[in-house]
Amino acid sequence: MTVHCDIVSAEEEIFSGLVEFISVRGSLGELGVYPGHTPLLSEINPGPVELRKQGGEEDVIYVSGGFLEVQPTKVTILADTASRAHDLDEATALEAQKAAEQAMADKQGEFEYSTAAAQLAEATAQLRAIEQIRRKLGK
Amino acid sequence: MAVGKEIKTQIASITSTRKITSAMEMVAASKMRRAQDRMQSSRPYARSIRGVIQHLAKANPEYTHLYMQSGEVKRVGFIIVASDRGLCGGLNINLFKATVSKMKEFHDQNIEMDICALGSKAISFFRNYGGNVVAAKGGLGDAPEAEQLVGAVKVMLDAYSEGKIDRLYVVSNGFVNTMTQKPTVDQLLPLRAEEDDEGLNHHWDYIYEPEAKELLEGLLTRYIESCVYQAVVENNACEQAARMLAMKNATDNAGNLIDELQLVYNKARQAAITQEISEIVGGAAAV
Repeated sequence: MTVHCDIVSAEEEIFSGLVEFISVRGSLGELGVYPGHTPLLSEINPGPVELRKQGGEEDVIYVSGGFLEVQPTKVTILADTASRAHDLDEATALEAQKAAEQAMADKQGEFEYSTAAAQLAEATAQLRAIEQIRRKLGK
Repeated sequence: MAVGKEIKTQIASITSTRKITSAMEMVAASKMRRAQDRMQSSRPYARSIRGVIQHLAKANPEYTHLYMQSGEVKRVGFIIVASDRGLCGGLNINLFKATVSKMKEFHDQNIEMDICALGSKAISFFRNYGGNVVAAKGGLGDAPEAEQLVGAVKVMLDAYSEGKIDRLYVVSNGFVNTMTQKPTVDQLLPLRAEEDDEGLNHHWDYIYEPEAKELLEGLLTRYIESCVYQAVVENNACEQAARMLAMKNATDNAGNLIDELQLVYNKARQAAITQEISEIVGGAAAV
């Protein structure tokens, strides 16, 4: 059993093909989608999207938020920005995390605090995606 | 040889014009390639979000967002996407003609209009033509970004939300191919379901996470922004294609003009020489 899955960001098409299973971080928690899922619309939080493609091959794609639509025969992820996890650079993600933490430490205004928090969430999510890839490769 | 000199200067001036137009043609050709790439790369997103919205329009939701309800039409909004610069043939003129004829339809039905002009040419056109321009954004450049449009689009969306306008259209050039650009008028709001067979005609609804209201607000705004962005990017590709074609025609015409003038010049010179010779011969015979 497979379902067609499209992952697109405003800049490009990231993935399009048949998948057996998808796991996404929805705004209300982790979502696992198998073929034939009931229609669902959800916001998604920054984090990795795990795919099990037809044939069992796995892939991880990092998205920094967006929307998920599930139809019984089709899954669409409208990502704000998406990138394949192996494109992510751990060093830059760590740097971004550090910068965000620093910005939060000397918070000056409400506005800066919220942007810094968003940056931190994003950097942490990127790191999580990288770690996941690591674990998979290590196996 | 007074005539000869005049023609010579004319030829020189046309030659320099031809140099400019041929350079502009080449610049437009290379920009068009990039603009087309940009258009292609943002298409999957536009197509996907359109698909999602189409599904949504067919669903039977517990909560209908304002953008999905259609009512009596008293006032409509137009988002008009034109280029920033001229010298691109009839591209903008054709677009404005299509817009004006659409506006006339509404005018005849006593429906008023609000205009959001994107691109300097649209702004200057509606400044002269009249019309209630509520938002404008020019100078989008060759690589327009979604962020540049958010403000202008928000004005129209707010107007819709407040009930000031009952429908929203976007008018832009559709890129058919390099030779052909077609002005199109698309209805953005309220959302319309297109007829097709996807087996979604039974009674169903989504599960919404989080609440439908919150989610749809975000998704629909994103959708409208994506539509307008796609229109701008596509219009940009049209602009470059139209400019390339216009400049190519201008270069060819300049070439023809130079050939003709060269012929006239040669004839005039020959006539002058012949006349001189006959004068000399005549003079010698007289002596």
